[in-house]
Amino acid sequence: MSDLLTVLVDGILYSSWLFIIAVGLTLIYGVMKILNMAHGSLYALGAYAAASLAGYWLNHGYAPLGSYGMLALAAVIVGLVMGPLIERGLLRFMYGKDEILLLIVTFALFLILEDVIKLIWGVDPFFISEPYGLLGSLDFAGLSYPAYNLIMIGVSLASGIGLLWILQYTRQGKLLLAVIHDREVSLAMGINVNRFYLITFTAGAMLAAIGGAFTAPTVSVVPGMGVEVIVLAFAVVVIGGLGSLQGAALGALIVGLVRSTAVHYLPEIELFSIYLVMALVLLLKPQGLYSAMEARKI
Amino acid sequence: MKRMDYTFRILTGALAALLVIGPFLPQWMLFQVTVSFGKGLVVLGLLLLLRTGLVSFGQGLYYCLGAYTAGSLGLSLGLTDAVLSLLCGAAVAGFIAFILGFLLANYRGIFFAMLSLAFSMILYGLLVKTAFLGSTDGFNVGVPTLFGFMFSGRWVRYAVYALACLTVFLAALIMNRYLKTSLGRLSPAIKDNEIRVEYMGASVRRAIHIKYVIAAILAGAGGALTAITIGHIDPEMAYWTTSGEFVFITILGGTGNVLAPFLGSLIFESIRSFAYEYSPNTWQMVLGAALLLVIIFLPAGLWSVFQARQRRV
Repeated sequence: MSDLLTVLVDGILYSSWLFIIAVGLTLIYGVMKILNMAHGSLYALGAYAAASLAGYWLNHGYAPLGSYGMLALAAVIVGLVMGPLIERGLLRFMYGKDEILLLIVTFALFLILEDVIKLIWGVDPFFISEPYGLLGSLDFAGLSYPAYNLIMIGVSLASGIGLLWILQYTRQGKLLLAVIHDREVSLAMGINVNRFYLITFTAGAMLAAIGGAFTAPTVSVVPGMGVEVIVLAFAVVVIGGLGSLQGAALGALIVGLVRSTAVHYLPEIELFSIYLVMALVLLLKPQGLYSAMEARKI
Repeated sequence: MKRMDYTFRILTGALAALLVIGPFLPQWMLFQVTVSFGKGLVVLGLLLLLRTGLVSFGQGLYYCLGAYTAGSLGLSLGLTDAVLSLLCGAAVAGFIAFILGFLLANYRGIFFAMLSLAFSMILYGLLVKTAFLGSTDGFNVGVPTLFGFMFSGRWVRYAVYALACLTVFLAALIMNRYLKTSLGRLSPAIKDNEIRVEYMGASVRRAIHIKYVIAAILAGAGGALTAITIGHIDPEMAYWTTSGEFVFITILGGTGNVLAPFLGSLIFESIRSFAYEYSPNTWQMVLGAALLLVIIFLPAGLWSVFQARQRRV
């Protein structure tokens, strides 16, 4: 019984992490129809920035609790710098082109950003584990978990619920829904679509960076850390149905639970169990679990 | 008819030239060209898919299958014949693609890309955990033989190089013919509007299935060729970044002609080796920038440069 509970808790912790990295991806796809391959690089940028900023903060002997603020600040800075830079500098010239071409453009961006990271931070790993241990640990079902996990769950819930709230209850959010629904009609109704694209991409980049920044204390920050994250995030959003927030949450939950089950009972298949689930879901529901109907073009 | 002759003439001329100058080229160049041709074969398959409006972000699956088939032949049966490796690699890849094709033929656009990526990652996950195939380290592939001949010293490389040239020649020739058959001509039609294709009485699913298998056979042969050239294989060949590289080369070369994949592949490998040599920490950036430049300024790929000149004459 307690075994099952461990699997469940592990799965939920992993799910909350997955949701943080997938939510930005699904937001950008939902609004702009761009499946952003550079998402993992933005995640890595967030992690590096967080390691630098929080490291600076702690080395100067400021209050250790403030390092959490530094993690968040790093993510915000990365989002505000990289989002507009990429959207205004590159993506806006590509709107209206094929989804697949946009995928390849972001792949090029991924290649470039991977090396930008190496140029700025070098190839040596960074460790910033203080925030991880700072809160002590909690005992739950006979096992002890670092309390930092609560922060991850909190960030994950906050980003999901926050986005949903903005979309459904604010004026700007409703305008954004109109843009998602029909770009051209929104343009005709006087909505500044370009501004929404800029904001969306910046928000998506920031969410990716938040994911990286809050993961940084739990891992060693090394070159190439974003490469694996990209495919994981893809799997999550594809299972959920591209561009759906609820779908991303459900996808994260499924992938998280499947992986923790695999880790506990069948470690040999851990790596590809996720992709197996993705393939299975796509076979049964070709557009993912939550998907809008799409008109066939004749 | 005239255009086919044109491609045919270039192919024959290139084959003759490559075979003749081969013995005089330095070893590293023979290696470079052979590896490029191995990748070019994979890209030739992607060209066919891209013409149909499909992008596979999982062609590494068949590349890796072909390589591991060739490697396993030597590992378990002691067979090192290069031609046999090539044929077996292609056959295994084609067989798996035939099965997966029933599923993938239902998908288009981004879902086709993602599902093919998922399948290649499944193979990656399997190989990483398979101890007798070397897990993440992979294993070494023996020195190839050709119809029972053992080559000595520097001639091994030339033999594989010549085999690569011949394979590319045949593959490009057959593909060139295929693109002009009625099934081949369905590709752009499916890309434009598949419902009209259905109304005309052709089965889109069947056409895509066949094209998918052809692409996989080419990728399998390319993988086997790479395995016997490099002499070492590892699961990285099925990782999604390898597949991304193939898509990259397809875009770089363009889909205008069956020669474009090989041109693209040669240029890609050259950019990569030089960039890697001179700035080991920024070679990906150089590649990424090159890809962006091609997308923005040469949307039809590098081949369009030749095409424009040809039309003007």
